[in-house]
Amino acid sequence: MPSHENSDITPLLCADRVSMSFGEVPVLFSVSFDVKAGEVHALIGENGAGKSTLMKILGGFHQPTSGRILFEGEPTALPPFGQSEALGIVLIHQELNLAEQMTVEENIFLGREHSRSIFLDRKSMTELTRKYLADMGVDISPSTRISDLSIAEKQMVEIVKAMSRDAKVLIMDEPTAVLTEAETELFFRQVEKLKAKGVAIVFVSHKLPEVKKIADRVTILRDGQWIATKSTSDLTMDAMAQMMVGRELSNLYPPKNETDVDAEIVLAVRNMRTSEINDVSFDLRKGEILGFSGLVGSGRTALFEAICGIEPFESGEIFVDGVSTHFKSVAEARDAGITYLTKDRKGKGLLLQQTMRPNLSLFALPKFVKNFMMDTDAEEAALKRGIRRFDIRARDPKVLVGDMSGGNQQKLLLAKTMECEPRILIIDEPTRGIDVGTKQQIYHFIAALAADGMSVIVISSEMPEIIGVCHRVAVMREGRITGFVSGSEINETEIVRYAAGLKEAPAHV
Amino acid sequence: MSENAAAQPTKKSWPEIDFKTLGPAIALLILCIIGYSLNSAFLSEGNVTNLLTRSAFIGIIAIGATFVITAGGIDLSVGSMAAVIAGLMIIIMNNAVDTFGSGVATVLIGCGCSIILGIGAGWINGVLTTKGKIEAFIVTLGTMGIYRSLVTYFADGGTLSLDFAIRGTYRPVYYESFFGLPIPVWVFIAVSIVGWVLLNRTAFGRFCTAIGSSEAVAKYSAINVDRIKTYTYIIQGLCVALATIIYVPRLGSASGSTGVLWELEAIAAVIIGGTVLKGGYGRIGGTILGALILTTIGNILNFTDLISNYLNGTMQGLIIIIAVWLQRGSWGKNKKTKT
Repeated sequence: MPSHENSDITPLLCADRVSMSFGEVPVLFSVSFDVKAGEVHALIGENGAGKSTLMKILGGFHQPTSGRILFEGEPTALPPFGQSEALGIVLIHQELNLAEQMTVEENIFLGREHSRSIFLDRKSMTELTRKYLADMGVDISPSTRISDLSIAEKQMVEIVKAMSRDAKVLIMDEPTAVLTEAETELFFRQVEKLKAKGVAIVFVSHKLPEVKKIADRVTILRDGQWIATKSTSDLTMDAMAQMMVGRELSNLYPPKNETDVDAEIVLAVRNMRTSEINDVSFDLRKGEILGFSGLVGSGRTALFEAICGIEPFESGEIFVDGVSTHFKSVAEARDAGITYLTKDRKGKGLLLQQTMRPNLSLFALPKFVKNFMMDTDAEEAALKRGIRRFDIRARDPKVLVGDMSGGNQQKLLLAKTMECEPRILIIDEPTRGIDVGTKQQIYHFIAALAADGMSVIVISSEMPEIIGVCHRVAVMREGRITGFVSGSEINETEIVRYAAGLKEAPAHV
Repeated sequence: MSENAAAQPTKKSWPEIDFKTLGPAIALLILCIIGYSLNSAFLSEGNVTNLLTRSAFIGIIAIGATFVITAGGIDLSVGSMAAVIAGLMIIIMNNAVDTFGSGVATVLIGCGCSIILGIGAGWINGVLTTKGKIEAFIVTLGTMGIYRSLVTYFADGGTLSLDFAIRGTYRPVYYESFFGLPIPVWVFIAVSIVGWVLLNRTAFGRFCTAIGSSEAVAKYSAINVDRIKTYTYIIQGLCVALATIIYVPRLGSASGSTGVLWELEAIAAVIIGGTVLKGGYGRIGGTILGALILTTIGNILNFTDLISNYLNGTMQGLIIIIAVWLQRGSWGKNKKTKT
């Protein structure tokens, strides 16, 4: 492993016993962390373990309450507000920091445009951009607008932008959280190139297989404490997961109880068509967990947005309990007991600038109205119930939802949706960007809901989760369901064959 | 009176940001102290009554604007809307004199028409922004121009005057008092209370805040975004109509220069009060204080010769900028990291 060769080199960036508290609340306790040139150092831990805080300290966005930061061996006070970019330390946030309406070239040179006398020197900038992109093996035109790029491409632009600023240390917060597998592959190839160039990379991820694959060393944090820093080759994924949560994680997935094949059909969809969906039919039984697998963009989200009245559809029929229905609004679907939980919890799920209470009651708001007035007591009671039921761990109930961790946000979103008391729950990417401990909890919630007689649809791009949780799986490809797998057939090979178009079942339900 | 009634409950629901909540109240208090120290007649009953009455127009319109802005919209057309409603009201009442005489019936017809016109104008703004999918700024900039030119056209470039006989009947609505307070102030208080309850205690208020925070979240949370947004513009139109009803008897006329720049004063009152311009957080109590602050500045300048009265706009502008600057500071402090 390269880490052995590097072990004598002075770390490029080093945090020496740093502690950090926000007001009264301590979040990091004397944590040490370092990263060397040409190394990928992964930082893992549950949500709230202090990863983000440590990263922000390393990037100069926070000043530690105690402890030292050493840069190239010298104790340094990093300048605030990202000015440490000038030193070569670049932090790429999870929410990418690009000007959407500007072009790739304009973004890369943002703030240090080349100019000749008073005019911009577009020619030299375009050429340099082209060169940077080619160096990284990214096939994007410098004049493309950022808003026209996929998330993965935007990520590449961020990296190219960082590299064009001669970054020595690149700190990345969950860069792969929103990438598909193919995009992740591409991304890792870029990381390898950067490593070869001698860049020090700090990589935060919840996806342990990726950590295992790409990182040289890994540091585990738990509850603001340093747990271990080890060479990745010395750790199994199970060991990492255990150190993260501090307990055995043998049962990540709940035991599957067989569904009653004769249970009543609560939802039947026939010949659904929209601009993205082509003739989709399926049945959902009471108490069943039906998975929807397939590549990103295969139409899974579009299908359920159409069913739930969020987007219109061209033709097709929906039967709820055998009765033909057509929801014209989300409210109608909700009142019929069907709710859709979005995969975009920050953009479409939660009001980030508000506290938990108005968020929790928003979806089921009519329930909280008494004599035309909001019944705040009922809301408070519901919040207490939701916090207990879904184990939401917020510092205090007045914290803004945007300041909560991803895992807690997801639990709040689940609690919000459950306030509608649905009979059919559709969850899109239930565990995107959350830690393994919270994942386990969410899988158990889903299983418990189904055991109570609720029907659940799980849309997911994470194969293990589909396999681990669902009774039956529908695989979609290019707007069609290419096949259903159930029971012992639910395995990766079978699903991938349907998803990739290598196999297609004759149209049946 | 009214500022206390409205500011106190707001405090209860947002106890953790005292500075932001109390800021406008403190500013008003300071202005009053300054006013009193410059001229003790500032706090005389006559002047306080006058001040409250003057605040009523902008205040009522600004309460409507609080809804529009909280839901993430903006309405630039209110000043012109007030002018065109005033103009049409006068035309309608003058024409009704022949049939209904110069009594209360005619005035009621005028008021009824004013309310219908206000709701209609608000509905147009609302539908164009939601169904027409045009930005609110553009839509209301357009209707602002249209309404302004219409009133000029109706007045044929001059002034529309209310029939002298009706003036006598209608006059008390502006000039008479009821339990010691002029009628416009009562209307202001009533609109304030209804507005406060609507925004803070009903599902509708919650919907407005949610839409202003994020339309996408609102849509996915089963909220009919288009309908609620249209309602906010209708409420705005209704508030303009009410303000016009109490404004017309003051001068008994309308012209192309009626209500000029009211939209800016209304928006300024809303912003000074702590409502966030990009939506998602609205405060009726703050809006009321904002309207009072704006009127008080003008009043103090009238009272003293320390600063020229012509600098009224400068003082108002400074207050707006300082108010927003102070709010910005306290937003920053709220930033915390992940739990």
